[in-house]
Amino acid sequence: MPTTGVPTGDFTAAPDSSWPLFEVFVRGKRGLNHVHVGSLHAADSEMALHNARDVYTRRNEGVSIWVVRADEITASSPDEKDPFFAPSGDKVYRHPTFYDIPDDVPHM
Amino acid sequence: MTRVEASTSAGSVVDETQLQGAGERSEPAGGDQQGAGERSEPAGGDQQDRFQQLIDRDRRIEPRDWMPDGYRRTLVRQIAQHAHSEIIGMQPEGNWLTRAPSLRRKAILLAKVQDEAGHGMYLYSAAETLGVDRGTLTQKLIDAAQKYSSIFNYPALTFADVGTIGWLVDGAAICNQVPLCRCSFGPYARAMIRICKEESFHQRQGYELLLTMMAGTDAQRAMVQESVDRFWWPSLMMFGPPDDKSPNTAQSLAWGIKRDTNDEVRQKFVDMTVPQAEVLGVTLPDSELRWNEARGHYDFGEIDWHEFTRVVGGDGPCNAQRLATRRRAHEDGEWVREAAIAWAAKHTEDPVEAVA
Repeated sequence: MPTTGVPTGDFTAAPDSSWPLFEVFVRGKRGLNHVHVGSLHAADSEMALHNARDVYTRRNEGVSIWVVRADEITASSPDEKDPFFAPSGDKVYRHPTFYDIPDDVPHM
Repeated sequence: MTRVEASTSAGSVVDETQLQGAGERSEPAGGDQQGAGERSEPAGGDQQDRFQQLIDRDRRIEPRDWMPDGYRRTLVRQIAQHAHSEIIGMQPEGNWLTRAPSLRRKAILLAKVQDEAGHGMYLYSAAETLGVDRGTLTQKLIDAAQKYSSIFNYPALTFADVGTIGWLVDGAAICNQVPLCRCSFGPYARAMIRICKEESFHQRQGYELLLTMMAGTDAQRAMVQESVDRFWWPSLMMFGPPDDKSPNTAQSLAWGIKRDTNDEVRQKFVDMTVPQAEVLGVTLPDSELRWNEARGHYDFGEIDWHEFTRVVGGDGPCNAQRLATRRRAHEDGEWVREAAIAWAAKHTEDPVEAVA
């Protein structure tokens, strides 16, 4: 979970001398998106893949894994949530339910 | 190449919870998009109000949300203690890995101990979303500045203990953990969903092991009974102090971190375990244990809270040994961690590029 720049009170992480943090995404089966499942530490991306297999797919939970360094992820901030998503807030006509169609029109 | 897709997925953690089949309550309105509920919230207000609204509506708090310092501090303490328990919890049973009586039992035990390590990793990962570093938590564990469940300060003396730990200790853990799947902090709740799925295997393998021994010789049956005698009371202590001596419970309930009180969960565990003991044919070592028709629950005897305090305080049978083992593993592993970093630095195409 990218938390860079998020205020964390007393718990600001110490300067990181350990392995970097990777976020892990698993495709559960063919036809599904990769889904974020958690994070882990590894020295490099190859080790991150192996660790991800051992930590997150011990019971056939996945057919494909992505790992990405957490500090490479750019995320929107909850503080700016309202303005950030506002452009879609007032466009109800983008939803099919906006349009009244008589009940007897088939296949719509 | 994955940058855009990855951040999109990172934002869709709610979908993950739904995929996993639990956690998130159904949305109040049958809205076809998750965002609809969010947008209809009263805008503005200060951060504290927004946090409280989310809690009141039984929505999840996510790592990038503002949260009160006390909420963050309580979660860091609880998740870290939980993670430490999983890691230390490998030791009592790990003792039997090289002594398992058959290849089948050995493979099962290996899988179980590996799960415990995995559960520790899920939980450290959840704790890190609160801004604390895993290395710091490990250091606090081996410095005895943070605790782990005191049950792991009791030794696994016989192979029957492997079964009893699965049945009683993992059974108690399940009772504690199922309500945590609805914890208000998203990453913790999601980790618990994963863990609960796997704990079920732990409990069943333990019970099956005991059933097998109970169908064996008199000596094996005696070994099971002796093991249950030792683990029954410490298992009841796993739910923590009684409600009137648990000052943090009210606040944790108000924040949606806990969903039930210690005594409620303890009673639930007793009620479900007594019939299992009957099927197994063992006697639970409590002369006051009996069905109370009026309450609709089993009554049970007084827990030795003096022992609990003593073991939590460091004076249990194995406290020093557990910490020494963990500390040694950490220190012995240091050169490996450094070598891996050195290797990564030496082959220094950008590690992310290497995947793309």
